[in-house]
Amino acid sequence: MKASFDEKEVQRLAARIRLDCLNMTYAQGTEGAHIGGALSLAEILAVLYHSVMRVSPDGRRDEQRDRLILSKGHGAMALYAAMKEEGVLQEELATYKNDGSPLSAHPSRASIPGVEFSSGSLGQGLSLGVGCALGLRRKGNQDARVFVIVGDGECDEGAIWEAAQSAAHFGCRNLVAIVDHNRLQYDGPTEQVMALAPQREKWEAFGWKALQIDGHSAEALYEALSMRSNRPLVVIADTVKGKGVSFMEGHPEWHNHALSAEEFAQAVKEIEASL
Amino acid sequence: MKFTKSKVRMMSHLGSCGAYGYAMTTLPEADARVVACTADLCFYSGLERFQRLYPESLYNVGIAEQNLVGIAAGLAHEGYRPYASTYASFACTRALDQVKVNLAYMQLPVRLIGLSAGLAAGILGPTHICTEDLAILRSLPNLVIVSPADGMEIVKALEASLTLEAPFYLRLTGGMELPPVYQEDYDFVIGKAVELRSGEDVAVIAQGSMVSSALKMADHLEQAHGIRCKVLNLHTLKPLDEEALDALRSYPLVVTIEEHSVYGGLGSAVSEFFTRRSQAPRVLRLGVSDFYPHAARYGALLEECGLTPERMEIRVLQAWQEAR
Repeated sequence: MKASFDEKEVQRLAARIRLDCLNMTYAQGTEGAHIGGALSLAEILAVLYHSVMRVSPDGRRDEQRDRLILSKGHGAMALYAAMKEEGVLQEELATYKNDGSPLSAHPSRASIPGVEFSSGSLGQGLSLGVGCALGLRRKGNQDARVFVIVGDGECDEGAIWEAAQSAAHFGCRNLVAIVDHNRLQYDGPTEQVMALAPQREKWEAFGWKALQIDGHSAEALYEALSMRSNRPLVVIADTVKGKGVSFMEGHPEWHNHALSAEEFAQAVKEIEASL
Repeated sequence: MKFTKSKVRMMSHLGSCGAYGYAMTTLPEADARVVACTADLCFYSGLERFQRLYPESLYNVGIAEQNLVGIAAGLAHEGYRPYASTYASFACTRALDQVKVNLAYMQLPVRLIGLSAGLAAGILGPTHICTEDLAILRSLPNLVIVSPADGMEIVKALEASLTLEAPFYLRLTGGMELPPVYQEDYDFVIGKAVELRSGEDVAVIAQGSMVSSALKMADHLEQAHGIRCKVLNLHTLKPLDEEALDALRSYPLVVTIEEHSVYGGLGSAVSEFFTRRSQAPRVLRLGVSDFYPHAARYGALLEECGLTPERMEIRVLQAWQEAR
């Protein structure tokens, strides 16, 4: 883990990630992109890449690197932006979703050295994370941790809970799940589509150390993600889908949407004002 | 491993799970990266001895096949060689999305072991009968698919998997009643078919539990009808041994035999291969026709599905009359 934490710097990084996401979405024209759930991830990824994770710039060679699984693969834009801002992505963000571009709508390990896990099919990342955590322990690697980012809607998937149960059973203390708890899924509010509450109590009942924090507070995220527990740790990050752009915040239609020129200008203005 | 005659005899009487469990006790000595994963089927997989010898190397995830494949994939990502065993039925249908993403797409070197594939678990009914795994998994890129003919071939296939970088599906058929095919050691190479019997009239291609029945049928066809059958053990379905198939082009009749649906498995792979050739034999595909048999013991199901040597012979004779 890195020792340095500068709240202002991480906040600026999160804003730059948002601007990158807006640019990538706008470049998609009328096709749009998964902008809502990317914006809710900005601080989570900023804190992970800038202040918490040990990142291997050349991909997978440093055995001590922390592992990151973006199980909610549709948050790829924010992942690419965070990697680019931190200098661990060679590809140009402008190629995002172009035909044949390594920067596909869901991350693919085959095309980006810094991406170790392909995702896109929801509900799978936590099991993979349990396996990595067991593998690291088996190798005697005491330092590296496995971070798995899941969406709250993704927690509808039963496989998440199979994995959660087994992580506690196997005592995976090197495993950290982060729930991007933005309370919206494709078809509407999570509580209407499929009630998930109480999240924290559910994870605790499954044997995890559970924290619920403000997922847009760099400081709260840093503190939570730096914590070491003797159980697997879940950080339920309360976030806002479309965070930072007033007309997107809390509106489910921005899960996957296109930006008009006016909307783009307005959104950029709002994010720049926060810088 | 050294395959002495007495060892071959021993392995051929273990049944498919027993042979798997036996091989697993020997693999960690050859490769320290080997670990075993299972979904509440430690005993059924024949892994009791493995668990006693290597308690730290067995991950039992409970009755959770999706999690089984995901965890195995994570271990594979960290450099281990996980052998993940469960009923073939659940390995390839319940956990199919995990198999697709983790094994086929991400190419993580998991070794997925499908127990009681085909009809062997038939007394438990169509939920446990697995006659669709080859059809499903054959359409996934990057997977190597092997279906061994007897206990020794199971052990040899597992040994061969140690040097394989690709994800791997091992289809175990025949259950406890997997009859021996091989009497002594031979060269096993993934992707290379084995000719077990020569003959100029009909070419029979079989795999898994059906190899032994194919040999019995071929012997009887020659004795009773003077029809000489070549028998190929095509243990690897993917990659397909195209060289061996090409050598059969001049036969008037090729017969495929599998303990699997007639759709999508060995018969389909062979037929698809021959459609690419200008000169091709007629192909008779023997397997489970398009239905779910009612729960019954293995032998009764083989009979019902027409997969005994006697029932198959009738079909071959008929096709032979037509093809000549």
